[in-house]
Formats: sequence, C-alpha cells, structure tokens
Amino acid sequence: MKQVGRDIPRLEVRAKVTGRTEYVHNLRLPGMLYGKVARSTVPHGRIRSIDTRAAKAVAGVFRVVTGEDIRKLIAEPYYGPAFHDQPILALDKVHHVGEPVAAVLASDPHVAERAAQLIEVEYDELPAVYDEVAAMQPDIVVHDMLKPAGTFADLKHLKGRKGTNVALDYHLRRGDVDTAMARASRVVEHTFKTQQCLHLPFEPFVSVAEPGDGTLTIHTSSQTPSFVRTEIARLFGWPENRVRVKVPYLGGGFGAKVYVKLEALVAALSMLVRRPVKIALTMEEQFYMITKHPTTFRIKSGVDKDGKVVARACEVFWNGGAYADIGPRVTQKSGFTAPGPYDIDNISIDSYSLYTNRTPAGALRGFGIPQLVWAYESHTDLIARELGIDPVEFRRKNILREGRPQASGTAMKDAAIAEVLDAIAARMSWSAPFDRGSGTIRRGRGVAIGFKASISPTTSVAIVNVSADGSTTLYTSTVDMGQGSDTAFAQMVAEVLDLDSEDVRIVHPDTDVTPYDMGTLGSRSLFHMGNAVRLAAEDARTKLRALAAEAGLPENTNYPPAKIFKKRYGMQAGNVIGTASFVPTYKSPDAQTGLSDNVTPFWMIGGSGVEVEIDTETGHVCVTKLVNAADCGKPINPGVARTQLSGAAIMQLGFTLSEDMRLDGGQVTNVSLADYKIPGIRDIPPMQNVLVEAEQHSGPFGAKGLGESGTFGVSPAIANAIHDAVGVRITSLPITAEAVLRALRAQAGQPLEDE
Amino acid sequence: MSMQNINFTLNGQAVSTEIEPHRNLVELLQRFDLFGARESCGQGLCGCCTVLVDDKAVSGCLYFATWVDGKSVTTVESLDANGALSIVQQAFIDCGAFQCGFCTPGFVLMVHQLLKEHPNPSDDDIVHYLSGNLCRCAAYPEIIEAVKVAARR
Repeated sequence: MKQVGRDIPRLEVRAKVTGRTEYVHNLRLPGMLYGKVARSTVPHGRIRSIDTRAAKAVAGVFRVVTGEDIRKLIAEPYYGPAFHDQPILALDKVHHVGEPVAAVLASDPHVAERAAQLIEVEYDELPAVYDEVAAMQPDIVVHDMLKPAGTFADLKHLKGRKGTNVALDYHLRRGDVDTAMARASRVVEHTFKTQQCLHLPFEPFVSVAEPGDGTLTIHTSSQTPSFVRTEIARLFGWPENRVRVKVPYLGGGFGAKVYVKLEALVAALSMLVRRPVKIALTMEEQFYMITKHPTTFRIKSGVDKDGKVVARACEVFWNGGAYADIGPRVTQKSGFTAPGPYDIDNISIDSYSLYTNRTPAGALRGFGIPQLVWAYESHTDLIARELGIDPVEFRRKNILREGRPQASGTAMKDAAIAEVLDAIAARMSWSAPFDRGSGTIRRGRGVAIGFKASISPTTSVAIVNVSADGSTTLYTSTVDMGQGSDTAFAQMVAEVLDLDSEDVRIVHPDTDVTPYDMGTLGSRSLFHMGNAVRLAAEDARTKLRALAAEAGLPENTNYPPAKIFKKRYGMQAGNVIGTASFVPTYKSPDAQTGLSDNVTPFWMIGGSGVEVEIDTETGHVCVTKLVNAADCGKPINPGVARTQLSGAAIMQLGFTLSEDMRLDGGQVTNVSLADYKIPGIRDIPPMQNVLVEAEQHSGPFGAKGLGESGTFGVSPAIANAIHDAVGVRITSLPITAEAVLRALRAQAGQPLEDE
Repeated sequence: MSMQNINFTLNGQAVSTEIEPHRNLVELLQRFDLFGARESCGQGLCGCCTVLVDDKAVSGCLYFATWVDGKSVTTVESLDANGALSIVQQAFIDCGAFQCGFCTPGFVLMVHQLLKEHPNPSDDDIVHYLSGNLCRCAAYPEIIEAVKVAARR
C-alpha cells in the first residue's frame, strides 16, 4: 500500500488556514433576499391569528410569508425523513417553542430581523408534555394523527394512528427473560436518564435557494444532498432532475444537518418571490432546530453465581420532541444494541420514540448510542461492584466474542470488543496500584465500552473520471464536514490507480453532477462510499486497460494513462469514466421478535477509561486522565482517524459534564454559548487516543467508520470513576458539581435543600 | 439610515468606505470580499470572528465597523500575502490542528498575537490566550501542539 495508510494532511488544508474555504455561509447572489423567521412563543397551541401588518410596514421589507401562503404553493407542505409531520411554516397548531410561524424577506437581514419581531401571533394555548415517560400516556397528545413518510417499510403500520405520542415502538425478544430472571442468583435493576443537548456546529444552519427556468438550485450546508433533492422534488411534485443541490464544505455537522432542515423553507420562499433567498440561523436559533434525544432507560439484569449475566430486560424511552425527524430510526437502529456488547442468552428490549412539546431530536454523533451506553455501562459497573468483581474482569467475562450472536441475532464479525477493552485497561495501567487520594480530594477510575451497528440498507454511488492527461477526478455526494472524507477517498483512488493522493481532485456534492449517496451520517461514508470509490476506481483501471488494448498497446504493461489516450485518440483527448454502486445486504428485523441475522454491514466499537479527582467539599469533578480507544479497522489515514476519536471524546465530555438545554415551562432558558457551556481549551484533560487496528474484511482496504466511536464510553466511564472515588452514583446527565455534591451530602445523611 | 465615512488600513492598504453605524466589523469585511472572519455565536465568545485591530485581537461581531476609522485592520487573508503561509499556519497544517476549519482563522490570528507577545509561551500562556476561541470539532490538543511547534520554528 503506497497511498492508503499514509498520514497525509487533509487536501484542503491551505484553504482552511487562510480563511478561504468555501462555505454556504459566504454565498451571496445577485438580487438575493435574506429571510428571518418569527417563532412560536408557546410550546403547544392552536394559532388563532397572525398579524403581519406592523412587519410589512417596516421600510425595506419585501414580503411576509405565513404557513397559509405556503399552502397555496404546496398543497401538503409537510416534510420529514421518517414521518411527513413537519410543516414548512406552522399550520393550524404549534408544537414547540421556537417553531417557525412566519418568515420575513428583505435585502438587508437586519431589516428582516426587526420586522420578524413585530409579527403578532395569538394562540389558544394547549396543555403540553415534556417528559418522555409522561408522554407514554395519551393524556396530552402532541399530534392528532401519525403520518409515516412511507420511506421505511417498518413504519407503514403506524399510518393514521390516533390518540398516541408513540411514534415508533420497537420490541425484541430473545430466549426467555422471565424464566432466566427467576432462576438468576441475583437480579439488579436501575434507571438512568440523559438530558437534552445539541450539536451547535459553528457554521449554524444556512441554506440558499435560487429559482431558475423551471428549476431550483439549493446551496445548503447539508450532510444529505441527495435526500434534499428527493424531498424538495416530492414537495413540489417535480421530477428530481429539476432540483439541483450543491454543498461545499461544512462548518461542522455532527448529525444536525441531515435530511431537510432549512431547505424546504428557502425553496418555498424563493418560489413565492422568484428571487434567491438565503436563511442563516443565529447560534440562538439552533436551539430550536434539532437536538439530541433525552432518554429514560430502565435496565434490569439477572446474574448467575459465577458472575455471568443470564438475562437482561431493557425499556428505553426516547424523547423525540415535537417532530419525528429521524427519531424513529434511532429507536430501532440503536434500540437493538440496548443490552450492550455482552453475550446474554435471554433478552427483551422495548424501545419507544415519543413525541413531546420540545425542540425536535434527531441524530447526534452516535445516533442514540451514547445514551444507551450511559445506562448499560453504568449498570454493568454497579453489578460488578455488587458482586465484588473487578469491573474490567466482569466485562471480560461477559463480552461478546468474535462470531457470537448479538441480541438481534446478527453475529459479531470483525468487532474488536475484547481488543478495545484490553487497550484501555493497558493504557490505564489497570492492574497497577492506584493512588486514591486523601482528605477532601479523592481519586477514582472507571472504564466503559460500547458498540454500534451501521445504518442499513443504504446506497452509495461514485464516479472516477480519468482525463486525457491522466489527471483524475472523483465525483461523490459525500460531504466533507471536517471528518476528512475527501482526503480518505483521494487516498483510495490514488492507491488503485497508482497516483499521488494529493493529485486526485474531489468534486463536492452537486446533484446535477455527483451521483446518489444516502447521506454523510452514522460513520457510514468511509465504509459505504469508500467501497463505491474503490470499485469505481477499479472500474476505471479496467477500462484504461481495455483502452490500451484498443490502441494496440501490449498487454500487462503499465503505460501511463496520458500515453494510452494519446495513442488511442491521436491527441490529448477522451475520458475514462469508472463507476460503481455499493449496497450491502440487509435483513429487516422480524416484526414480532425484532430479530435479524443480518442487521448491519459492520460494527463500531469504542470505549474510554477515565481517572478523576473529586473535591468532596464542592463536588467538583476534575478528569485527570482520559483514554479513548476504538476499533477503526485498517485506518486509511491514521492521523485524521486519531483526531476523529479525540474530537468525539471531547464533544462527549461536554455532554457529560456541562451541556444541558434547561427548560422552564417549555421555554429553553439558556440559548447561547454564554449560558450553554461547551468544552473550551481549559477543559481538555490529558488524553490518549488509541486506534485498535482490526481488519474489517468487507470494508475498503479493511477500513470502517469511526466518527462516532469516541463518544461511546466517556459518560459512563466518568460516572464509574466518580463512584470509585467517593462511593456515590450519578444516574442522570450532566454530571455537574452540584449533582455530585448533592449525592455526597445525601450519602452523609446531610442532604442539601432542594432548589 | 445615515452613512458614515471611514478611512482605515486593511491588510496594509489604505481604504475608505461608507457604512451604516449599526454594522459590525464582520459585515464591513464582507464588503471587501473577506470571509475569513465569521460571525458564529454573535456574543464574542467563540472567537470565529477574530480580527486584529492595531495588532490586538478583537471580536468582529461585537466591534462596530465605524470604530476602525483611522486604525489598522489585519485579517487572516493577509498572512499569506507574499504567497507563503505564515509559520503559524504551517504549524496548524503540520499538527492537523483543525477539522471543519470554521474557527481556524480566529485561532490562527490569536496565536499570531500570542507569539508576538510571548515568543516562548508557557502552557498557561497558551490556554490563557486561546480561552476565548472555541472549536466545536475539539481540535484543542492539536492546536496546543501547533502553538508549540510554531514557537520552536
């Protein structure tokens, strides 16, 4: 391997350090109007009236648009990947604070913003539900009727269902849980909760729509250009080829910018006014767009006298907020991993996606996995403690070994669970004596491991174009949002065609030009698109050889492509186009048992080990060591892979220790970076990031995705370390100093008064 | 809205323009087709809009455009004006000190000020100067390494 496995800098480094990277954020078009959104001030209510007169009277306002205006353009203006439940602008009802109700267009964004603030909306307020467990009862119903999109076969049965907030329920039954629990020598049960937090890419959501002659071009900061094209075409009743979606670099995504976000709104507005329209959200507005599911997870295990887990029952409630987004997929796709990476014969899983009156929840770096790992690894640690077994030993005894079936029935293949656990234990010097601190500073350590299936079945298509001078261009709809996909794919093309990676040019998503891809999400690109890229490059190589034969060149010689073209066409002319699609096989889980023996094309494995110091007077948690390890297959670019692991772990550190969307009467009370604390440079503990190299045999050059794996273990490893240090168990995220202090005082029989 | 005439030095060139008094420095720079300073949080907390005014880093989103009248403004786009990357920029590349790149110009400019004032910065100096720049991709370990590499060169 000359190109694959090399630590080359990202292709776009120069643009990024000189401030010249192309983002939609920078885009300005002639005649472009700026849109600003007026948002719901109530969590749940019927719209009685919208008074736009004062807004229209502001000098410089071009147009004010409400949901009813959009209904004249699009009869059914509802969108969404799983359910067609989200209106482009609110119709009849609002379902969460911050929901878009009207939009103002002006040439000056400040004018549009001021006018949007003058829109007066009267509501008949309805009772609201915010908690996922409370939403299981149909006392307050967020949506009158369920409207599955029809994209996913396993959601069709929900069509037309009324009087419920359950957008999807997924159930898995394996073995006989009741009998096994009854026979177990010990049964342990806990409940864990996670909070609502969000992605906050530093390039906030931004989209521009540009109407043409019977066509529409959308420039958007999106992770899913192909989906945007399909969905916008569906809304207008157009063939796909009339919609063009272009995506340059993204200033961060993390799962926020998937499916349709602002695109339907800018598309509708631009079609109404026949001018280009740009909407760029502020940081504050991102708190009303998409978040990470809050969860409640009830987990119960039966353990035999040898410390083997013999049964596990999982009940998971996902707080999906006001619109389904991709939440129902999270419920199922992550749901079947809820028992953790353990070899357990008797399992039941009940996973529920709930509508509530909060900002919608979707995919955030792990697609629900970090919420599950938080619960099952905290639970696992508690069982080990109760049994008096070392937590690492307890895990070694129970983990899924290569070839064993996971809860779904799908075998663990190329899944380095034991190796990841061993790598963490080694870097933590787990068997060496440990300084436990003294006085008011107590020290502890903990580990946690998690795993994830890849979203399936999905399709990726790639085109490799070899020009007459031999220079080569790759066309894909994968979005480089910082994860380094451009660079990794260039290395793959270069490997196959014997080029320098730096010389391969990548054409960014442009649906008029680049072929279909399901989306840049769920760590799927390196595996899925990577396979398509490799096959497309091999196709180009085969065609170059055929061209050489046509030109009468002797076989099995390595003529440079430029020579082949010149010989064949008499001058520098022609192209060779290699193309390939990649779609892994998949078997949908059985509707009754939730089982499938082919539920994912590959497994992601990640974990962390943590050392903490706890100040017992304040509850302050100081992470003094953080080891992250992930199974990365054979890394295509080890340097970039390591930064993915590190970045994911630090992001999860924020979700563990500080990030929390606080809610008061349906209002989010901390909608800014001043009040919602993300990790800064002072918050970074000493870290070690370990790539566990284990070949993924079905992956391109043995590689697999790892953009999310670094998030899996961080939260429970910290809770486990805190327990180890001071003997208290935190069961809800985030783990603030106050939470630890409250637990310490309660343990001492001197509880703090409630707030 | 009344316009105000301002004269200032932009990346070494004397320029003048008219601008409304409510516009901020980021908007002013966009009129000169400079997009390296980016408004993100809008509160001066993330550092994505960092610009040097008379060699001191300011948050462009909180800095009125008219305040640059008579001053010298340096943006990230000036650092490779002679065709070569600055030492700091090259160190960011060599250390892989960014992912999506949206916050990178702000960090690069802040590190320029840091190294001008502390050519051999301590770890405390580094986190002190960079605590006003946030990176959501969390390339912090690599950024700290890049500062050290740049200081050594």
